[in-house]
Amino acid sequence: MKTTTIYPELQTDGPKTTLLRRILNTPSLLAGSIMFAVLILLAVFIPYLSPYDPTEQNLSAFLQPPSAEHWLGTDQLGRDLFTRLIYAARTDLTIMVLAEIIPFCTGIFLGMVAGYYGKWVDNVITLITDTFIAFPFYLIVIIVAFASGAGQRGIYITFILVGWIVFARVVRGLSASFREQEWIASARTLGLSGPRIILRHLLPNVLPQAVVVLMTDMVGLLVAIVTLGYLGIGIAPPTPDWGTMIADGQSFISTAWWLSAVPGFAVVYTGIALSLVGDGLADLWRKK
Amino acid sequence: MDLSLQVNNVTVRYGGFTALDNIRLEVQQHTTLGLVGESGSGKSTLARVIAGLIIPDQGQLLLDAEPLTGKRTREQRKKIQMIFQNPDASLNPKHSIRQILAEALLFHKIVGRAEVEKRSRQLLERVSLEGKALDKYPHEFSGGQRQRIAIARALSVEPSLLIADEPTSALDVSVQLSVLELLGTLKSELNLTMLFISHDLGVIHAVSDKVAVMRQGKLVEVSPKDRFFSRPEAAYSRELLSAVPQMPTMKTSGGLHEPRT
Amino acid sequence: MATTPVLEIEDLTLTAKTQEVLVKDVSFSLNQGESLGLVGESGSGKSLTLRAVLGLLPRGIEQTGGVIRSAADSAMVFQDPRGALDPLCPVVKQVAEVVYYRQRLSRKASRAAALELLHMLGLPDSLRKTDRYPGQLSGGQCQRIVIAMALACKPGILLCDEPTTALDVTVQKQIMETVGRLQQELGFAMIFVTHNLAVAAAMCSRLAVMKKGEIVEQGSTLSVLQEPQNPYTQMLINSVLPVPELAPEGSGVLWT
Repeated sequence: MKTTTIYPELQTDGPKTTLLRRILNTPSLLAGSIMFAVLILLAVFIPYLSPYDPTEQNLSAFLQPPSAEHWLGTDQLGRDLFTRLIYAARTDLTIMVLAEIIPFCTGIFLGMVAGYYGKWVDNVITLITDTFIAFPFYLIVIIVAFASGAGQRGIYITFILVGWIVFARVVRGLSASFREQEWIASARTLGLSGPRIILRHLLPNVLPQAVVVLMTDMVGLLVAIVTLGYLGIGIAPPTPDWGTMIADGQSFISTAWWLSAVPGFAVVYTGIALSLVGDGLADLWRKK
Repeated sequence: MDLSLQVNNVTVRYGGFTALDNIRLEVQQHTTLGLVGESGSGKSTLARVIAGLIIPDQGQLLLDAEPLTGKRTREQRKKIQMIFQNPDASLNPKHSIRQILAEALLFHKIVGRAEVEKRSRQLLERVSLEGKALDKYPHEFSGGQRQRIAIARALSVEPSLLIADEPTSALDVSVQLSVLELLGTLKSELNLTMLFISHDLGVIHAVSDKVAVMRQGKLVEVSPKDRFFSRPEAAYSRELLSAVPQMPTMKTSGGLHEPRT
Repeated sequence: MATTPVLEIEDLTLTAKTQEVLVKDVSFSLNQGESLGLVGESGSGKSLTLRAVLGLLPRGIEQTGGVIRSAADSAMVFQDPRGALDPLCPVVKQVAEVVYYRQRLSRKASRAAALELLHMLGLPDSLRKTDRYPGQLSGGQCQRIVIAMALACKPGILLCDEPTTALDVTVQKQIMETVGRLQQELGFAMIFVTHNLAVAAAMCSRLAVMKKGEIVEQGSTLSVLQEPQNPYTQMLINSVLPVPELAPEGSGVLWT
């Protein structure tokens, strides 16, 4: 059976597409990233772009309509709306990102452990996720907000408590299906330990899907932050925040509708940008 | 000849369903045992029990006369390696071939860190793949190539028993032949003992020294290859063998078959 | 055997959206009651050709050349019988549904015709009393149901896409025998797509060997298999791993 034939199936060269080219071929990812990048750049460079201070009041120039001086006009205290809008983006987006870090990590970790080990470990983790899901998210936020006092802390605490669940559920399902695949079986045949398989083999495979979920979850979190601000139990004034801006503008809705509409639009804009990035990433990874 | 593997009265149950029913089986060193059976016969379950992926409810396994316990040592793990049916799923999609081979080599301390690269290239050469394959990812290879990489990975840790679970069933016939040739060459070069599982009796005939037949979780026959293919003991074996469609050209001269059943 | 062609394909070319030519200049004709085996490895375009005959090309693939002239209805049998059945509908009902729409019989007559078909395919008569869901039947039984549904269309041409590949050998043999018997009884023409040369040889009087979208060789089964002209055909034949013939039962003489 000795043979030195080179079989045609052994030629390994194929067309190779670069990551950049693939990103350029995914319009939703490109559009979403550009939209989000514009917002981030504005938020980072707003001190240099705007001559105004977001909290500085100018009662002689209140409720002005958009003009060359004030691009989006001023609010009831004479503060420049555009400046406040972008500073609010700083506040809200920072909280959004920071509040996701711990839940993202714990969710992925618990999901992998539940999916890989199965049996009682899975039962316990599933029981916890199901219990938390039974409570409406906003109920928990409001309880925690009252318990810990209004402000950012309530959001962080609530999200550490319940934010991991969505990741845990998705990752658990993925891990359980990967566990049945043969590359996990061969890693086990090699004798690799459970933790090692989870970290080295499972993690890189569940991460892409988890990031896609992260994008949609951040949209939900942003809406929650804004809602709490609007209800007055989120970020406290004078820190600029889209939710309080919407609430403040509400009294002037018939004369200066843009006061509420503009921050509302900002929420929608961010939501669309993140959703497009999420969709685009999912497309990108699927195409491969 | 010494025994490599002994399976003593192994039983596996899933709830009320008996997947393996009191299996007794022996594999002699440096031989290939072909394990045949139809879907649901328990042949893959038996492979997974031997590979240590499923712990049996009853029974005992011995490798080179040494009992394999539920919790196997690293050395015991190393000695039994397995290749799987589905080439699309047998390699971690996020790991490069370099990572896949290095992990096995380093975990079992086959070579030091400095020699990993060299050994990986040798392994690829062994399965007739070029060294530049190291930096690629599984999806860049065809099914047959991926199966070769899986073989290289399994052999990297220098096992004594190789389990091949339908390794060519998902491949085209021409590719199947080249993978079987490769396994045959490696088996004799490396003095391997092989447990070869397939539902394809042609494949079993090409690779086996002895043939074992399973049906509904039970072992119905173990016979040397020649006897199995000419005068099988069990009625079920005969049923299997006579169900295989034959090529008209393969018939004995003279009586060519009508090309219609 | 009659000589009127029920299907003629001339220079069929199928192209993907990416401009990749998947099937190129495929031509063959099929006579009434004849069976043609389309053999080749994965990616040879044999299944696509079959789908083109049925007019069911996957999205993104178009016919960019050639003509398909068909003088009879065709029906298809797929590789995965479970995937081809509605898991939530009992099987007799599924077959009766096809009879009702294709043969325009009354509901009651459709059911009777469906049961008749299932009987012809060798399915247990217990289905007459209690209908079953696909999940309650074995893979081989499901494939018989799928064949019954295809035959309910009273097709002039039966298209088979690897109908026995997913089945065990003993079941494969039964299905092959059933299809062969039905073909003789009902006289339909058949295109049988398979990668298994031995199965094709048993089922078909003519073979067409496909490679990378083209037919490299066609002719009568025996001539193709015994005197292959094309090296690719030769290679396919050489790749078949034979099973030796059994000694006749009861011949207990040992000559080892």
